[in-house]
Amino acid sequence: MYAFEYHRPTSLSEVTGLVSGKEDAKIIAGGQTLIPTLKQRLAQPSDVIDLGAVAELHGIREEGGGLVIGATTKHAEVAGSDIVRRLIPELAELANGIGDAQVRNRGTLGGSICNNDPSADYPAALVGLNATVHTNKRTIPAEEFFTGMFETALELDEIVTAVAFPKPGRVGYAKFPNPASRYATVGVLVAEVDGAVRVAVTGAGPVVFRWPEAEQALSSNFSAAALNGLTVDADGLNADIHASAEYRANLVAVMAKRAVVRAAG
Amino acid sequence: MTSVSLKVNGKSVTREVEGRTLLVQLLRDHLGLTGTHVGCDTSQCGACVVHVDGESIKSCTMLAVQANGLEVTTIEGLAAADGTLHPMQAAFREHHGLQCGYCTPGMVMSAVDLAKSHEHLDEKTVREGLEGNICRCTGYHNIVKAVLAGAEAMRSQPAQAAAE
Amino acid sequence: MSNSPANAPVNATGIGASVKRREDFRFLTGQGTYTDDINRPNQTHAYILRSPYAHARINGIDTAAALEAPGVVAVFTGKDIAADKVNGLPCGWLIHSKDGSPMVEPPHPPLVLDKVVHVGDQVAVIIAETCEQAKDAAELVMVDYDELPAVTTSPEALKDGAPLVHDQATGNLCYDWHLGDKAATDAAFAKAAHVTKLDLINNRLVPNAMEPRAAIGEFDRATGDYTLWTTSQNPHVIRLLMGAFVLGIPEHKLRVIAPDVGGGFGSKIYHYAEEAIVTWASRKIGRPIKWVAERSESFVSDAHGRDHVTHAELALDADGKFLGLRVQTLANMGAYLSTFAPSIPTYLYATLLAGQYTTPAIYAEVKAVFTHTVPVDAYRGAGRPEACYLIERIVENAARELGIDKTELRRRNFIPPSAMPYDTPVALQYDCGMFEKCLDQALNLIDYKGFPARKAEAKARGKLRGIGLASYIEACGIAPSNVAGALGARAGLYESGEVRFHPTGSVTVFTGSHSHGQSHETTFAQLVSDRFGIPIENVEIVHGDTSKVPFGMGTYGSRSLAVGGSAISKAMDKVVNKAKKIAAHMLEAAETDIVFEQGKFTVAGTDRSLTIGDVALSAYVPHNFPLDELEPGLDEQAFYDPKNFTYPNGTQIAEVEIDPETGVVRIEKFVAVDDFGRVINPMVVEGQVHGGIVQGIGQALMENCVYDPQTGQLLTGSYMDYCMPRADDVPSFIVQYHEEAPCTHNPLGVKGCGEAGAIGGSATVMNAVVDALADLGIKHLDMPATPLRVWRAIQDASVPLAAE
Repeated sequence: MYAFEYHRPTSLSEVTGLVSGKEDAKIIAGGQTLIPTLKQRLAQPSDVIDLGAVAELHGIREEGGGLVIGATTKHAEVAGSDIVRRLIPELAELANGIGDAQVRNRGTLGGSICNNDPSADYPAALVGLNATVHTNKRTIPAEEFFTGMFETALELDEIVTAVAFPKPGRVGYAKFPNPASRYATVGVLVAEVDGAVRVAVTGAGPVVFRWPEAEQALSSNFSAAALNGLTVDADGLNADIHASAEYRANLVAVMAKRAVVRAAG
Repeated sequence: MTSVSLKVNGKSVTREVEGRTLLVQLLRDHLGLTGTHVGCDTSQCGACVVHVDGESIKSCTMLAVQANGLEVTTIEGLAAADGTLHPMQAAFREHHGLQCGYCTPGMVMSAVDLAKSHEHLDEKTVREGLEGNICRCTGYHNIVKAVLAGAEAMRSQPAQAAAE
Repeated sequence: MSNSPANAPVNATGIGASVKRREDFRFLTGQGTYTDDINRPNQTHAYILRSPYAHARINGIDTAAALEAPGVVAVFTGKDIAADKVNGLPCGWLIHSKDGSPMVEPPHPPLVLDKVVHVGDQVAVIIAETCEQAKDAAELVMVDYDELPAVTTSPEALKDGAPLVHDQATGNLCYDWHLGDKAATDAAFAKAAHVTKLDLINNRLVPNAMEPRAAIGEFDRATGDYTLWTTSQNPHVIRLLMGAFVLGIPEHKLRVIAPDVGGGFGSKIYHYAEEAIVTWASRKIGRPIKWVAERSESFVSDAHGRDHVTHAELALDADGKFLGLRVQTLANMGAYLSTFAPSIPTYLYATLLAGQYTTPAIYAEVKAVFTHTVPVDAYRGAGRPEACYLIERIVENAARELGIDKTELRRRNFIPPSAMPYDTPVALQYDCGMFEKCLDQALNLIDYKGFPARKAEAKARGKLRGIGLASYIEACGIAPSNVAGALGARAGLYESGEVRFHPTGSVTVFTGSHSHGQSHETTFAQLVSDRFGIPIENVEIVHGDTSKVPFGMGTYGSRSLAVGGSAISKAMDKVVNKAKKIAAHMLEAAETDIVFEQGKFTVAGTDRSLTIGDVALSAYVPHNFPLDELEPGLDEQAFYDPKNFTYPNGTQIAEVEIDPETGVVRIEKFVAVDDFGRVINPMVVEGQVHGGIVQGIGQALMENCVYDPQTGQLLTGSYMDYCMPRADDVPSFIVQYHEEAPCTHNPLGVKGCGEAGAIGGSATVMNAVVDALADLGIKHLDMPATPLRVWRAIQDASVPLAAE
């Protein structure tokens, strides 16, 4: 790890002040991606700004019938939250499947979505559940937030403060983990939101995407059978030693069906 | 350098560390608590698992400064002061849940948290709950037996289990 | 189901008792002492700058900026090493090619001079006050590389025009070796009713002991003594190789300590460059130097395992009797010859190609090949898993082709107990074994007869279920030294043991074996408790320090008990013999009338007796002692040189289910029935088997070391991509053993159990996978059977899934 200066602000305004004043600052929340990256010397920030002491960024609450989760809320907190279990139980299950128990005790919702790893679980949840990302400057619909591999719509000095999820109807998430890293090779979230079916796919492409054909098929018949014969084009999907693009395309179809079964179950 | 003050195994300590110093480095290099091990550099093997404020975390993936003001328990702090093993430690011995011993501290710390955070454990839950800990020696068979027995013992011997 | 020893233990801590481990308390309370836990006064830290290229010429190395960096004490390169006349790392086994020529043995410098030949090759060492400072400074070392083309697989490396790893190894060939009777084998094929052919790859693995390698070198200016703490399975071997061959330090000036070591599986047998670097440099800078590998470094600097490409043919007669086996194997050596590398695909592989069968004619050809990859050497099983995989896969396919039940075909060809001792056509003599017994017991445990119903039930759930087995045999406890020497070994292969009876009746045992998970501190103490009839608490086992233990060859090849235990047993014989003489004197009886049982020397037919403790006290306070006949003291040493290999054997059976939608293979059931000869501690033995099985499963389903064929970059260089088995990847196991065929030629009757699981495991699982896919017309799948590979095979199958 390269040397850096560490800061631990206690308010959001202090955070934004620090961020805008530094040449090459990085924000750390749970650090479950940033610290491994720093250890491998793949990043050399001048300053590391820790959000851990900013109380206003943390916590889970019910608001307007939906759910608002603060950016520094840990995966384990989402997984164990009574509010989440009541409003969107499958979101708690999804959080409970991120990384391992120790990662879930440190890793945060905000950290995950700001990193926007193409094989992270939360992007599927945000897009599939039609969530809204709140920042210190504005609100961004989830679909506009995730712009590319490891890229988001955030501006340089913009901080995610929370994510708001409307209360959905049926929700199911199925993931096929990479056998080594356990990240999602493919993860599919199927949800009924505001009367429409949404299907969001993570892991398969450079960035989370919706699968319109599946959404259409499920809108008229919310069952796994409705997806029979539907495939996504392997062109443009990710490929690595663990999964070819073609295999990923197959997994999208298989996981989508399993997500529907979970949602219906 | 930054000053960091925390409680480790019940004792208050203060040390000067760099921003980049990891919690595991603070424990091993500054405090001499070498029971916590490092087995990988990608936060997967779990040899470095300790408890921070009662929850298991990977001490190779937390900055020492982030532990400021918190309570850390390492494998050295698990047994009673008189050397009586924590029920989970005793179960690992009873069921031969360790061979070379290198992954063991992290495995035991993860197992204690797993037992505390589940009312009921079965083989499947234990196997899934140990996802973050890699052992190359035991094939996990005896670790699973040990964790099930240790969790049971923690329920029936709450006093010793609370020694932590 | 549990195992029970053939004979009840003589006491609660004797042979056959599942004594709880004495090493556990320190490991469970964080008080183990691994190399990285040791810090020496005034210690510095070393960081090794490694090659980022698989193959490159080095035009120059500029260390000036690094030397100016904060905290830096020294920076050394290959030039400094060469200037001090430091030699290359030696290879411990010489193989001769078919034509009688010796293998090509390129130099293996601890730090390279002008050329790197694999990613991870050592280029420079940076020594600083802290590890982070050394790493910071390493980025300031300017190396001028010219990248050259690389080759990573043995078939590619043998092709005309392939990039050369070493100029002196024409065509990248290290040796072209053979074993067996070619003419007899050809004749067998000429009369065969059926020939089964199989091409297979034994995938390259990374051993991944959980403790990364580490070393601390220290030089004492006052005495001229060097000390090396290292993560080694055999500290005496390191003292010999590094002291005599690399650094020129005589034994009496070099102490090597291997303290608690966190697993080895073969990868910590070898003498590595970093050990020589820190030892040599500690004198240069006059301070101790610690080096600890990061896991990503381990991936590119620990010796890898396996990596065979093989074509095999099995000839059978009309009744399914094996007539002959023909094998051609390419073995990837990597870029340099690691310590024992040449012996693995030869004398630990081809010699095992008879398996458990009476195949009368076998001919094997092995070409060892250099590539631009990390050196390959022994990894748990070492050659024997490759042999077992080949035999058991081809037997399985032969059974399917001939329409004979896989168990029946094996039965027809097993070497029966009545044929023991049995000389195989590939140079081994099996002393004993009851192969059909293990098979029967395993079939019973897994309910073989009930399998078709389970398969049908799985099919109704949309799953493909398969059952597979492997009947393995291994050669362990290597070996008579004179035989090994004749075959090219450059060292002896005995073990030493010293048994020191103290005046007040406690015992310290010094053993040249090394425990890094094998539980010697418990099982070896059981031998002593059993033999002397003393409480196990009165016994201490010392290992891992050349200044304490007389000599040693270390722990590998399942040899600790069979060879190291036998040495201790011999030393205990000497203790008893001497003590008997002392007892006879004290009891005023003839030595021939003294009986030793349960810790007591008794005059036969009387109640006059002395405990061994009484005798020990007299040996050190020799007031009533036969001083004209005997020396005082009770401290005996023995070297044991094995008379033959030992031959652990057994049958493993696995049942798997495949999800055809995703290609995921789940192991539903796994049983193993083994013959390890006499068992000292059932609990420990079962634990060894469990661990071995999971390494076998790992190879079969998950683990694969993958290089980019163009650039030679390691694509699986961390746990993000190298798939280590985790708890939820494997099931629990049913493990049993029998003790009805104890080893006939060592004093304990033991055979060794450390590698068995890994030797049979991969073949067992792959036979089950292929069985599950057989209805689709799939005859073979290379390891690892990852979800991607299985799914792909199902897509490409000649029989579509729907038609099944």
